[in-house]
Amino acid sequence: MVSDYSQYAWLIPLFPLLAFLALTAMGRQMKEAGIYFSIIAMLASFIVALLIFVERLGGNVEGYTWDKLDWLRVGDITLNMGFEVTNLNSLMLVIVTLVSLLVNVYSKGYMKDDERIHVFFSYVALFSFSMLGLVISENMLELYIFWELVGVCSFLLVGFWYFKPEARAAAKKAFIVTRVGDVGLFIGILLLFWHMPGHSLDFSSIHNAFSTGKIDPSTTTWIAILIFIGAIGKSGQFPLHTWLPDAMEGPTPISALIHAATMVAAGVYLVARTFDIFHASSDALLVVAYVGGFTALFAATIGVAQNDIKRILAYSTVSQLGYMMMALGMGVSYASGMFHLFTHAFFKALLFLGAGSVIHAVHTQDINEMGGLSRKMKITTWTFAIGSLALSGIPPFSGFWSKDLILSEAYEHNKLLFWAGLIAAFFTAFYMARLFFLVFMGSPSKKHHAAAADGSDHTHSAHHEPHESPATMTTPLVILAVLAVVAGFVNTPMNEWFSHWLTGEDHAEPVNWFILILSTLTGLLGIGLGYLMYLKRSVPRDVVSGKLPGLHTLVYRKYFIDEAYDGILVKPLRGMGYILELIDIYIIDGIVRLSAYAVVSLGRLGARLQNGQLQTYGVITILGMLILALAIAGRRFIHAE
Amino acid sequence: MGTIITPYLTLAAILFCIGLYGALTKKNGVIVLLSIELMLNAVNLNLVAFSKLGDHPVLTGQIFSLFNITVAAAEAAVGIAILIALYRNKGTTDVTEMDSMKR
Repeated sequence: MVSDYSQYAWLIPLFPLLAFLALTAMGRQMKEAGIYFSIIAMLASFIVALLIFVERLGGNVEGYTWDKLDWLRVGDITLNMGFEVTNLNSLMLVIVTLVSLLVNVYSKGYMKDDERIHVFFSYVALFSFSMLGLVISENMLELYIFWELVGVCSFLLVGFWYFKPEARAAAKKAFIVTRVGDVGLFIGILLLFWHMPGHSLDFSSIHNAFSTGKIDPSTTTWIAILIFIGAIGKSGQFPLHTWLPDAMEGPTPISALIHAATMVAAGVYLVARTFDIFHASSDALLVVAYVGGFTALFAATIGVAQNDIKRILAYSTVSQLGYMMMALGMGVSYASGMFHLFTHAFFKALLFLGAGSVIHAVHTQDINEMGGLSRKMKITTWTFAIGSLALSGIPPFSGFWSKDLILSEAYEHNKLLFWAGLIAAFFTAFYMARLFFLVFMGSPSKKHHAAAADGSDHTHSAHHEPHESPATMTTPLVILAVLAVVAGFVNTPMNEWFSHWLTGEDHAEPVNWFILILSTLTGLLGIGLGYLMYLKRSVPRDVVSGKLPGLHTLVYRKYFIDEAYDGILVKPLRGMGYILELIDIYIIDGIVRLSAYAVVSLGRLGARLQNGQLQTYGVITILGMLILALAIAGRRFIHAE
Repeated sequence: MGTIITPYLTLAAILFCIGLYGALTKKNGVIVLLSIELMLNAVNLNLVAFSKLGDHPVLTGQIFSLFNITVAAAEAAVGIAILIALYRNKGTTDVTEMDSMKR
């Protein structure tokens, strides 16, 4: 069945691209209209994506591929451009366009006082375009181009407030650290190109080649691991996770966009998209699973000790992405990972936008300086609570179903990963409870008013009293909250419709009630502990940090990973760069400057000799004749030899 | 034969060098003109010497030296006239001041 709407999938990235071009060309003149244009373009994309998605719901797993565009001819190999619509990427299209649309609407309220709001919207449009292009790419090379574009956009947006040195540093860090991963991906693509029959890079050929085992196993492992390194970079997996929390320096809607649907999802999507390669190599799968599992636990523990509201959420993203990678690495299918990506997109976007709403109101990001906001910000509080519960994996919210599927699979396949995931779930619930109780419950912090004037990520002047955000900001929150509740029901242990639809395979996971109950209890335990520590205060807050200050420092400083990188890589490289710069300045530039100086001084001499005095000219004439005479004599002398 | 012509040529060379030195270093315009006359006469001396004592003695050299003397006289007349005109305008015959052709 050739679908009617799928063939128009190329329109989806086109709308944001148009918005980007329009805003870049005449953003300043368009003012308000440009922003509406951007939102409408995103809405159009969303509608097309939704139509495709709805169309594909009819149990159709056949992909629609269009690759008629000849792009490059290398020898007798032609590289095509085109697009492909499968169930997997129709799902991604809906997630990306929906989150992007809501972020657009939200940003209209959040960024309304920023002078460069049209620049911001144009970047967001470019970001959406890149991500959508990545999603519907038909071959690896095309995907790689969009992959890099996504990186560029993250650089632009994280460093959007370029006048803040931290934002500049964070933007650079985001770009450079993800580039490290991109090199891996690039080498992976080259290897793939080398070994694929007919050098074809499109996904259907990859599927055929790897599922029939045409590529030898060790090459497969290498390709898979190299592609995974790309995913590590983009998805903030250990050890390339350090850029993701720093990326919080960007405007909050961007954090939501990066963390929910675009940048970090790209890594998970990449692994899911090239899952055939991973599936063919059990070693690579094991690497994916262990990196994911470790990251999940590792980041969750860091989240416990952070004080910046956005950083906590950032580490929770790292941790949740670890879950997704772990699920993919389990090797059953990519369904559970993508399912978690799907639900995570909604509640993480919700949490970030909620955090943005809080920051908008109190002008600080330190959770110790907040408190008692529930009375003033009803909508934000309720929606944030839903998001927190979903993230903590409490039934019946969406996060519960997806996390549970992963944990069930882990229990079946690898007990070690299961326990890592379960402990991570406990920490997740705990730090979300800590965040929620400190920010919304209790009494307002005394430091609050003092901190209101500075330390905020806002450009407009401080308000005196926290208040609910405008409707442009709360509406997306409500929509996302509803989705965060209901999204999980597409795939429950009772009804495995989603996994089946996504992969077209029937693999009935045994409903493991033990896991269901255990993970729920873990989540509740985490929340309960958070409640006792931060709201009832019956357990002292420094119960751990007081007894083991070293541990607290270790966690608070994020296991000194940044410092280690700084010492091992950044400082030596910077030193080397300094030496190279000196060579450049004094030797390379020296030669250039010397030759320029010689010519200039020769010219000066010439200019000075032209002083209008006959006698000087006479001297020059005589000297010239002398040189000529000598030359002639010398020539004769040489020829005489 | 070479030994006969050498004193003439040497004298001409000395005269020419004196003239060149004067033309390049003296400040007074009149002396500069005088020095040029010296150089021209050194040339004349060479011409006459070669026409009489050269390998193929012909009269052309002597006739050419007559032309030279004529041209030198004309040059001196024009030169002195220019010098006088300059002196009237500037009140000096110092050639180092005569750089109005510079711009």
